[in-house]
Amino acid sequence: MTLPLFLFSVLAVVAVAGAVSLILQRHPIHSALSLIVVMVALAGLYLLLGAEFIAAVQVIVYGGAIMVLFVFVIMLLNAGEEERTDFSRMARWAGLPLAAVFLVEVAYGVARAASRLPTAAQAPVSTRELAELLFRDYVFPFELTSFLILVAVLGAIVLARREDSD
Amino acid sequence: MSEFASEHPILLVALPKIVVLLFLLLTSLAYLTWFERKVVAHIQARWGPYRVGPHGLLQPLADGLKFLFKEDVTPAGADKFVYFLAPFLSLSLAITSIAVIPFGPREFTMFGQHTRLAITDLNIGLLVLFAITSMSVYGVALAGWSSNSKYPLLGGLRSSAQMVSYELALTMSVVGVLLMAGTFNLTEIITAQGGFHWGFLPRWNFFAGPLPQVIGFCCFFTAAVAETNRAPFDLAEAESELVAGFHTEYASFKFAMFFMAEYASMITVSCLAAILFFGGWLSPVPPAAFFWARYIPTGAFALAGLALIAHGVRYLTIFGRVLLPTLGLILCGLAALLASPGINELAQGPFWFLIKVAIFLFIYVWVRGTLPRFRYDQLMAIGWKLLLPLAILNVVLTSLAIVWTGR
Repeated sequence: MTLPLFLFSVLAVVAVAGAVSLILQRHPIHSALSLIVVMVALAGLYLLLGAEFIAAVQVIVYGGAIMVLFVFVIMLLNAGEEERTDFSRMARWAGLPLAAVFLVEVAYGVARAASRLPTAAQAPVSTRELAELLFRDYVFPFELTSFLILVAVLGAIVLARREDSD
Repeated sequence: MSEFASEHPILLVALPKIVVLLFLLLTSLAYLTWFERKVVAHIQARWGPYRVGPHGLLQPLADGLKFLFKEDVTPAGADKFVYFLAPFLSLSLAITSIAVIPFGPREFTMFGQHTRLAITDLNIGLLVLFAITSMSVYGVALAGWSSNSKYPLLGGLRSSAQMVSYELALTMSVVGVLLMAGTFNLTEIITAQGGFHWGFLPRWNFFAGPLPQVIGFCCFFTAAVAETNRAPFDLAEAESELVAGFHTEYASFKFAMFFMAEYASMITVSCLAAILFFGGWLSPVPPAAFFWARYIPTGAFALAGLALIAHGVRYLTIFGRVLLPTLGLILCGLAALLASPGINELAQGPFWFLIKVAIFLFIYVWVRGTLPRFRYDQLMAIGWKLLLPLAILNVVLTSLAIVWTGR
């Protein structure tokens, strides 16, 4: 059991456990916390693959900004605990079996293609290389994306503004 | 297990370093509270803690014991898991950030492995620090919400909104330094600030390079004070406004954890300011005066020790007359230890680094004792309308300066 394999197993188990807990929790805040655990575990997996900048940015952006937004909304809307309903018949007889079939299908497809999948780079990718790609080869999509985000922010502000008569 | 350790000796070496740094950090946390109370008291023309031990030096111990023995109340209807999680999260995140801070340049060997004076030396060290800062918003938000009470909820929401806003200004104000250094690695940022201008002015980021990062430093420090919820940006925990903000319903040790987390983030931010803008462990003394400059740490410790002995033998209480001269003798012993050749080289970096950190902590406490606090809307306006544009301006000016001087 080499160290990378050990770390991968731990992080993968934590990520899956977080994702399952996200669905099974009754209170939305607990679900949000589970999602944060999933994000941090994913950041660890990125780090194992050598993408150090992406790992840090995953924590900063997803864990530190987007999930904070989720937590704020849940706190402000005062969303209470879920009411306990019976497991629906459709889920029990159709949903779970189909989900299991789907899982087996995906696992089979990945296992068959496993030998042909590319492997990650041997050395960690430095921020400099990433920056060169982003600002030289892909600068146009990059700027377009930032423009899109600006449009989204403006739209949100316009929609959330109260209509007062000017 | 032992073969695992021998295959990865770096883990074996990291453990003693972690233990030592943790011990030092927790002790300086405790004595930072003493320092703050004394300084704020002297600013307000009174003495501060004076009776618990000579000059109040045992006050942190007394406070710690008090926190441990107080009754631990949990509010009714609080979400138990999140209520217990919030202070743990705050404290563990605040303490973790000491792991990426480099204390000195020298390498030394331990267990046959070359290591530096830092727990880790990450290529993304600065980004990891910002990641930890962003995650620490959760401690505040979850604490406020899980207490099931209106003042903490409002305080928590206000605090977290403030922290999220000032994070932007904090990270943008550092981009100027990154442009000049070209790396996120904290050790390399420090070494890029080596050398002296005209023989006496250190080439730290605050003074030199393509553009002296004065605006960057001012934005950084202001944003950092706001980020750590300290005065004058502490409306969210101000007594007259919100009882005690997000930590109203926390008793004894959980409150102490929030307290410690706040001071630990103060220490982290001071270390960052010293590293990014003031040359970290680089000495301000130019190498021309090299011979005696090596003994400045020895001299400082010896002076402090002798002053403590001289003051201690004439102290009021017998306990003080024993404790203070003992402390003075320990300091003189350390001074003698620092004069020996091997340890002298090793201690140069950390000495200057800790002096700078102490200066920034003093400025933190000074600002707290002097300025009145901001109203919440003024606070948010400063973050978004003043600091963020200033930080962006700093980035633009630095980029222009770099292109101009062709570096």
